[in-house]
Amino acid sequence: MSGLRITIDPVACEAYGYCAELLPEAITLDEWGYPMIDDRPLGAEFKGLAKRAVRDCPKRAITVREKKGS
Amino acid sequence: MTQSATPAPPSSKVHHLLGHPSDLKGHLESHGPLNVALGRTASWQDGLAASLEASGLTGRGGGGFPASIKLALARSGGAGGTVVVNAMEGEPASDKDKLLLTRAPHLVLDGAQYVASMCRAHRIVVCIPIGRDGVASAVSHAMAERTSNRYARVREELVRPPDRFIAGEESTLTNWIDSGRSLPMFRPEKGTPLRLGSGAALVHNVETLAHLALIARHGPGPFRARGISEEPGSCLVTISGAMAHPGVVEVDRGTPLWDIAALSQLAEPVQALLVGGYGGTWVGPEHFGTPYASISLRTIGATAGVGVIVVLGESSCGLAESARIARYLADQSAGQCGPCVYGLPAIASDLARLTRGQGDEHVVARLHRRLREVNGRGACRHPDGAVSMVRSAMAVFARDMEAHGRGEPCPYWRRLTTLRFPRPIGL
Repeated sequence: MSGLRITIDPVACEAYGYCAELLPEAITLDEWGYPMIDDRPLGAEFKGLAKRAVRDCPKRAITVREKKGS
Repeated sequence: MTQSATPAPPSSKVHHLLGHPSDLKGHLESHGPLNVALGRTASWQDGLAASLEASGLTGRGGGGFPASIKLALARSGGAGGTVVVNAMEGEPASDKDKLLLTRAPHLVLDGAQYVASMCRAHRIVVCIPIGRDGVASAVSHAMAERTSNRYARVREELVRPPDRFIAGEESTLTNWIDSGRSLPMFRPEKGTPLRLGSGAALVHNVETLAHLALIARHGPGPFRARGISEEPGSCLVTISGAMAHPGVVEVDRGTPLWDIAALSQLAEPVQALLVGGYGGTWVGPEHFGTPYASISLRTIGATAGVGVIVVLGESSCGLAESARIARYLADQSAGQCGPCVYGLPAIASDLARLTRGQGDEHVVARLHRRLREVNGRGACRHPDGAVSMVRSAMAVFARDMEAHGRGEPCPYWRRLTTLRFPRPIGL
């Protein structure tokens, strides 16, 4: 499936949680505030928000890749 | 503590790991010289690669990945790499690597030499944790023998990382060699090859290397003559728990679990087996006949893991023992990833509460949810192992769980543990 794939570096992540505010469609927080990513790729319409999540993360723990086809 | 139950007729015709001479003279007499010196040509390397592929050898450090594929990947990574001999054996219930290195250090080091020659690595680093001085002195003695006899081509050195459960995880080990930090590294793609300096890091378990050394010398035939065709060869298993004489045995791959456990003098009737180590899987009596081979273990949700079988006697409480293991694994977190740092202690505490008959009405649902949420969310697989162990405990000891959940703990939960821990673990 094509779409955006979000990856969190769990070593870098310190549970700021901004990503879940920006992308509640794909990211929820566990009871300790650490992000859990939905396995399904995210639609291209979320590209702007995903980029912002990458930029806003204070620990630079998020990467977003665009996955084509399959 | 450690003993070998293998009769071991020392013959090059029969593939076996235990029972080889430990000194270089005896090693040379039984196996002949290290035959890599004659040529490190492409055809020699290809021949060994073909031999390994034909042998069907799989990694014995827990991953179970085919050795030939791992080496093919390493060979494509270019020259100048480091062969890392992983003798960390952080698993408290495992002794096989310590035993093998003490009894047959030359076999293990030879395996590393073959890998180094195949992959044109320039350095071999043997990693034995601080504190295991007996093993380290056996290896440094063997290295000295090799140096004074000009036996090996590639430089061999011994290093002493910290003694912690996760210190032998391969990214942790290369990170420590590289930077002195014994911490797992996050790799977005788990298959990303590890690096050390400008070269590849080729991390191999000591048992894998010993098998490889025999296959390189004697061809794939003797190895394949043991085990089952889907998973050939022998393997070392540490058995412990409810028995008079815990120890290491060498068995054919595919031997039924029960036959392996029964090699020891069992102290009492058995209610369950923990297969694959503390991050492994509990197996109930209905599956005791399962062959010890990845392909069969997978059908019951288990893996061969690190070559450990712990026998749980009927006078032990499986939940209590699982709660102790969960606590131990929580304590052994590297402390880097939130889900592991917070999730494992939470799971361990709930399991202990449930065991004591003090769980609230939500404790089981909460455990299931946390197991689901923590799984797969660490940089390494440490939390996944803990999840697997607790999940299987909740399935295999389901009846106990109900009784404990009603506030009626079994009479055995106060018994002292029959498990091995480096230090006392409270419930």
